[in-house]
Amino acid sequence: MSSSHDGAPVVDLSTPLVGGSTHRTAGQGTQGLLNADFDRPERLAQVRTGQLGSLHSWELVTAVDGPGTRLTVFLAGCPLRCLYCHNPDTLEMRRGTDITAEELLKKVSRYRGVFRATGGGLTLSGGEPLMQPAFIGRILRGAKEMGVHTTIDTSGFLGAAATDAMLDDLDLVLLDVKSGIPDTYTRVTGRELQPTLDFGRRLSDHGVAMWIRYVLVPDLTDAWDNVEVVADYVATLATVARVEVLPFHQMGRDKWDALGMRYELADTRPPTPELVERVRGQFRARGVEVH
Amino acid sequence: MPSDTRSRDAVDSLPGAWLSFVGGPWVDDIDVRDFLQRNYTPYAGDASFLAGPTARTRALWATVEGLMAAERVGDYRVDVRTPSRITSHAPGYVEKDRELVVGLQTDEPLKRAIMPNGGWAAVRQALEEHGYEAPALLDEVFTTYRKTFADGVLDVYPPNVRAARSAQIVTGLPDDFGRGQIVGDYRRVPLYGVDALLAAKRLEKAALDMERSTEDVIRDREELAEQIRALADLAAMAFSYGYDISRPATTAREAVQWLYFAYLAAIKEQNGAAMSLGRTSTFLDVYLQRDLVTGRITEEEAQELVDDLVIKLRLVRFLRTAEYDELCAGEPTWVTETLGGTGEDGRPLVTKSSFRFLATLNDLGPAPEPNLTVLWSDRLPQGFKDYCAEVSLDTSAVQYESDELIRSAWGDDAAIACAVSPLRIGKQVQFVGGRVNLAKALLYAINGGRDEVTGRQVAPLSAPVEGEVLDYDDVLAKLDRTLDWLAETYVDALNCVHFMHDKYSYERLAMALHDRTVLRTLSCGVAGLSVVADSLSAIKYATVHALRTTDGLVTEFAVEGAFPSFGNDDDRVDEIAASLLHAFMTKIRRLPTYRNALHTQNVLTVTSNVSYGRVTGSTPDGRRAGEPFAPGANPMNGRDTHGMLASALSVAKLPYSDAQDGVSLTTSVTPDGLGRTREERVANLVGLLDAYMLSSGYHLNLNVLDKGTLLDAMDNPDRYPNLTIRVSGYAVNFVRLSREQQLDVLSRTFHVTV
Repeated sequence: MSSSHDGAPVVDLSTPLVGGSTHRTAGQGTQGLLNADFDRPERLAQVRTGQLGSLHSWELVTAVDGPGTRLTVFLAGCPLRCLYCHNPDTLEMRRGTDITAEELLKKVSRYRGVFRATGGGLTLSGGEPLMQPAFIGRILRGAKEMGVHTTIDTSGFLGAAATDAMLDDLDLVLLDVKSGIPDTYTRVTGRELQPTLDFGRRLSDHGVAMWIRYVLVPDLTDAWDNVEVVADYVATLATVARVEVLPFHQMGRDKWDALGMRYELADTRPPTPELVERVRGQFRARGVEVH
Repeated sequence: MPSDTRSRDAVDSLPGAWLSFVGGPWVDDIDVRDFLQRNYTPYAGDASFLAGPTARTRALWATVEGLMAAERVGDYRVDVRTPSRITSHAPGYVEKDRELVVGLQTDEPLKRAIMPNGGWAAVRQALEEHGYEAPALLDEVFTTYRKTFADGVLDVYPPNVRAARSAQIVTGLPDDFGRGQIVGDYRRVPLYGVDALLAAKRLEKAALDMERSTEDVIRDREELAEQIRALADLAAMAFSYGYDISRPATTAREAVQWLYFAYLAAIKEQNGAAMSLGRTSTFLDVYLQRDLVTGRITEEEAQELVDDLVIKLRLVRFLRTAEYDELCAGEPTWVTETLGGTGEDGRPLVTKSSFRFLATLNDLGPAPEPNLTVLWSDRLPQGFKDYCAEVSLDTSAVQYESDELIRSAWGDDAAIACAVSPLRIGKQVQFVGGRVNLAKALLYAINGGRDEVTGRQVAPLSAPVEGEVLDYDDVLAKLDRTLDWLAETYVDALNCVHFMHDKYSYERLAMALHDRTVLRTLSCGVAGLSVVADSLSAIKYATVHALRTTDGLVTEFAVEGAFPSFGNDDDRVDEIAASLLHAFMTKIRRLPTYRNALHTQNVLTVTSNVSYGRVTGSTPDGRRAGEPFAPGANPMNGRDTHGMLASALSVAKLPYSDAQDGVSLTTSVTPDGLGRTREERVANLVGLLDAYMLSSGYHLNLNVLDKGTLLDAMDNPDRYPNLTIRVSGYAVNFVRLSREQQLDVLSRTFHVTV
């Protein structure tokens, strides 16, 4: 996109992007973190024990990935293939950069003052953080030892990989429930819905606070019934602090092209404000805080 | 304490002006800070007490807006015949019956004055550019009989300064316009009255009369004589408006009026780059509070007085050339007013009037002037912090500076002059001017002192880099030598400028509102810091090939591989920026200064980052020839990719000890990026400011805007007459920027998620 004014220099005028994690393109790169360089067997051993993780990028963000200003770490690799994925470059773990847990925790430690001043903390996002359970377990433990507020942003599909000890180290989970009707869920993500529902239930039983995210895509996830099922489910969870309805947008489109991947939603338009309000209303009717 | 008792008795024995004030040393000597500390009422509450604008205020402001609209479409008024003095013009009014605070620079609102002492050629040029002809008599006087500041500078610039100036490696020197940035302690006039100030100055002069007549003593005597004359003129000017300011102010309305008269007298004689107001709100609050307590005024009336003062400050105009406007777009006057902060004793200096000043941005709508500046500390009361954040969200018209850094260096009665420069009011004078283009210096180092655009030998001949691939240590050593030459040349230029400004265009009124002994600082500026940091980073961490023209001049670079860039909280490159700043400061410090001024440095470009970029060739960081620099200390546009705070934290690593004149950061965030609800946005903005300042961040120009708004404003300027945005260190009406500058603002990193 560029300005079309006669004679003016061409400047990038990309549309401002609204907050919302699953809705937000990932940060750019791991600059500032020391890349780890191990030979193959050593690397595998480090990965297995969670001393080594595959990262896409990090960013200091405010207001979108949990309360306050947060160090959001995008991990590489995801088991889902959501049609609307905004970070398709995080789908494959092999595209990530190897970073040790020690190095990442140093980064967390560096921002303790920022977290204190802003009421923020650490958010592990992706990708799917639960693809690397040993690594994030180590990171969350380390962060808690420093007294840092911790969050993961997850689809819940790999919730079974989270140990109870890991749940103890989580202050907040951003749980993306991408559809209520199982068939729709599978059409959107290529996977089953049930593990997500199970994980949400487990978080609720364990007393872990949740923000539920729902990405609203016209003609894909916007059906009244589909939303009703999610809203009913959310109403049964005891620890949901808020629901965020995130309007679909086309910010990730160029990335699909750049990766040479087929993007099915090229012609889909963002939902109208009326539609967004309707869906928010469906959640609000259950008495939860909705944004 | 005995002395306190004596002073308190003295106060009690004074019926009128100081009634009910707590006495102290300020009673016996001129000491506004002491008065403030003993008499101000801290306010820790929220904004709910504020009263909105009255019908009178709204009507008066509507009249002013009408005048400003006419000015925007070409009604550009100048009094071409009357060189401006404190007493040169008959009283002028906007609407005499409605105004609570009176006084204009000339006899009509928005009519500009000429001030030829600064330089006749610039006056003549500005007049011509606006369709006026300079009167023949003045032309003769100022070319034949009366030498000006600009003439004086040209007489004494050595050739190396001329060469550096014309190559634009030393730029923006105030050598044909007023240097400005000298802030009188305008509070002294309401507190003491002109007679007491005159008496004090006469005593100072009498003390000097006892000393031998050496050059310094003679100069000081002459300056004091000028100051004394200026104070008498100030009283005469006020008298022409029907006020007797020879005595102290007795009411809040008088205090506001006296203070404004003092400021007005200063700007009637100086067309300074920045004509800042100081730190007046908490001082005025003492008077407002006293009248509120006694029931003399209501909250509405208190707000009216502040609104009226601010209307006057929005009317400040100077005659300037098109060339000047390109450097400082949007006609900034830098009527900077410093709000908030904390005292040495830990009490916040926030009063209800700190709120009242910010409230003018709601009452009258957003505007670039006065340049409202909050000294931010995490220790400020929550109610004030929240209100600041709200005003920023609504208007983008506030800038923030670190109370901690400023107070620890300059005390708790310091104010910001211009954009980022702190000074102790009434006790410190800044010799300021222009900046060096560090990116050009790097290219000179690579090219053996030749200019990369013209090929001319500007810096002394030295060995250019050899071979194709740039070597970090080699380039660094060459840059170091180039900076030696640049520092010498620049300080030479500033010494010439300030010698001549004192001689031919002395700020006699502003200086009359200073102590006799002042601390002088020589404030040197640098531009292009992030360009050079990234360039050195590219040379160090990637492979940079130098591409030469046929005569051996390196004009382009090819970069292979990745390199860390400034603005991502990455120590590898941030340390390069910090050490560069330190290196130049060290070189500056070695050089003798005019009047033994203390050396300081700033990283501030105002809007001139565009024009500096235009005259600078391609750089090793991949920036193409002619492309703008980032403003101030900002990371290069688009290279700060890890969020707004990561970007700010890189800037916060530039050590204040090497930039005591200030480090400017301008950032833009979108409202949605700050949170989903208003409360969340306010809380997150407060948190970000706390986090940045606690990390030793110095300055933040904060815009909360959608790019879409700016785009729409470019196409439909009429719909956005008041759209205010912060650029480097000041605010401007967006629609008054040139198209090139508007595009530069748009190309800056918008942190859509913060």
